[in-house]
Amino acid sequence: MKKLSLLMAGLLLISNVSSAQNNHMALIEGGEYIPLYGVGEQPETSVEDFYMDIHPVTYAEFQEFVNKQPKWQKSNVSKLFADSRYLSNWDNDLTAPAALLDKPITMVSWFAAKAYCECQGKRLPTVDEWEYAAMASGTKKDARRDSLYNVSILRSYEEPRTYLKTVGNSKANYWGLKDMHGMVWEWTQDFNSIILTGESRNNGNTDAGMFCAAGAIGANDMMNYAAFMRFAMRSSLKANFSLTTLGFRCAQDSGK
Amino acid sequence: MNSKNIYPNKRYIYLLLFISVFIFDSCTQSQSRNSGNNTHTKDYSNTKIFGEMVAELTAPPHVPPPVGNRPAMKLYMGMEITEEEMEMADGVSYMYWTFGGTVPGSFIRARVGDEVEFKIKNHPDNKLPHNIDLHAVTGQGGGAEASFVAPGHEKTFSFKLINPGLFVYHCATAPVGMHIANGMYGLIMVEPEGGLPPVDKEFYVMQGDFYTEGRFGEPGLQPFDMQKAYDERPDYVVFNGSTKALSGENALQAKAGETIRIFFGNGGPNLASSFHVIGEIFDRVYVDGGDQINSNVGTTLVPAGGAAILEFKADVPSNLVLVDHSIFRAFNKGALGILSVTGEENEKIFAGEIMEGIYLPEGSTIQKMPKDGNTVTAPVTMTKSELIDTGKKIYMQACFACHQANGEGVANAFPPLAEADYLNADVNRSIDVLLHGLSGEITVNGKKYNSIMPSQQLKDEEVAAVLTYVYNSWGNNGSEVTPEMVSKRRKK
Repeated sequence: MKKLSLLMAGLLLISNVSSAQNNHMALIEGGEYIPLYGVGEQPETSVEDFYMDIHPVTYAEFQEFVNKQPKWQKSNVSKLFADSRYLSNWDNDLTAPAALLDKPITMVSWFAAKAYCECQGKRLPTVDEWEYAAMASGTKKDARRDSLYNVSILRSYEEPRTYLKTVGNSKANYWGLKDMHGMVWEWTQDFNSIILTGESRNNGNTDAGMFCAAGAIGANDMMNYAAFMRFAMRSSLKANFSLTTLGFRCAQDSGK
Repeated sequence: MNSKNIYPNKRYIYLLLFISVFIFDSCTQSQSRNSGNNTHTKDYSNTKIFGEMVAELTAPPHVPPPVGNRPAMKLYMGMEITEEEMEMADGVSYMYWTFGGTVPGSFIRARVGDEVEFKIKNHPDNKLPHNIDLHAVTGQGGGAEASFVAPGHEKTFSFKLINPGLFVYHCATAPVGMHIANGMYGLIMVEPEGGLPPVDKEFYVMQGDFYTEGRFGEPGLQPFDMQKAYDERPDYVVFNGSTKALSGENALQAKAGETIRIFFGNGGPNLASSFHVIGEIFDRVYVDGGDQINSNVGTTLVPAGGAAILEFKADVPSNLVLVDHSIFRAFNKGALGILSVTGEENEKIFAGEIMEGIYLPEGSTIQKMPKDGNTVTAPVTMTKSELIDTGKKIYMQACFACHQANGEGVANAFPPLAEADYLNADVNRSIDVLLHGLSGEITVNGKKYNSIMPSQQLKDEEVAAVLTYVYNSWGNNGSEVTPEMVSKRRKK
């Protein structure tokens, strides 16, 4: 009986994976992890199983979206939902620059990214989901203690104009995800839930935990510089910002 | 002072009281002298402003013109933040993060009481958010929170400068250490009322330590090394962002007799600087960039995130060398700069070299200053093999340190003697070199050398012996040099 249920679960898993693969998504098995800001008595955060796009959304995919959704074309978009840099490198409302079609879409606001995902029956990943999926190297679910892996992330953050790279060329991580690092920053559903204030050294504010956590983790956690950069980046954003270096990918509940 | 017990007599007590008041008074006087004119006690928060202007910001090593006598004003200034690859040393580049496209960032000059409206612009191609914390600013994070700006955005914030002095500014976005380590720092000078006293030349120099994956000098684009930064083990300690920022054609220029002011800052992120100018004495140091002035200082300590104003007169022409006197940083990590002073010699201040001799500690019988008078000893006759034997001993005492045991020399410093074309070409020239020394550029076996060999205080037969030894060793042409030949050259 036990064996049977295991088999059933296995089959279910396989069928889920295959359906996700059709959607260019990968299954991320949930679990507990300690995020950068995790301090106090219960630092662990649990993440449910979820699906995530294998690569960031491309110009070609976003072009298809705006062709179907006139209100997200650059001349129609509400100023509340996108600042003046929104799709500003497009030739017109409907045509993305031809050279960029296989590159990650950037210069899109959080509102636009969210609308795109919802149109696909998906959603933006949460910060926790994104960070959980991004801590995997090619072989490990959590490579945050692997200094070589972390150095490579940090180095990729220093490399300029990576938003002009073609998606899907990097090696997949443990979950099969590509270009999580070294290409573009990515929008998350709750990007502003962890506020790293501009005053990053403040002790009396919401970011106190982050600052102290970094001190407690110390240099053993080579991850923290890269993670700090991501959290600082997210904190500097408002939902209508459309940045040259910021794209997104979508996620989906596993349906369990 | 419990003088009562010792001197019960009242008159003594009055006397002592009088003396003690005098002593106490003189103490307070000297204290107030040390702390300058007490401008720090004045409240500038309500200083009225008259008019407005756009402030000029300058790239290092230049500084904007002094404020002089102008009243407090409203100042507009802007800075663009860039992330760009620039040269750190010959063949070595680094991805710098900058305020205004340079390391250190643009120099800001203002007056106490000024109201500043500051616009910070984060270039759209930048990957990271940034901000600015000006140590001259009173208020939340020195402006850090108000100026926190995403790539492709700009922010404007404003503040009033209520404390005069020289202050550091830097980026304070997490991870702060990395932002500073990548070059995000600069100086802001808040001049006192009436301005700083005029000088002939002003310069802007700032020290910083850099942490690269490759060791010092390893070519190519060098990424930031977080572990080295954490361990405080920099590969580069440099002035104005690169090993070459203040040397060669970038050397600072002044004329003898000019008064010089250096606005010196230390961005860190980790190291304090023992700042010194080789060949000069600071007439005045504004300690920590504040009101206190110290006079006649050789080396001054500038903490990370701190600054000092240094003033001196360039009295004589020479190349003054700016160093961090934690001296391995200067000679092995790049903390060197040149202030080239041209003009007339002043021998009253510096007479230059008067004479040079060889100092050998006790026990040496080889190299001696010549005795008074011209006593000439008759040359001792030696065979060639005797000359070689004697010569070898002399060589090991007088020549070995530079030319090395097998005549191989030291690359780029001391030319080789083994199979040396320069040596074999001319025996008389070799004799002259030992008798009179040699300086300036020569080419030996196709390589250029430019250093100094002092004249050797050797007797004729000793010169003959050591040269014969050299000519008959390491593949040289086997010439024999006799004491007579040396004597002849000496008389020329």
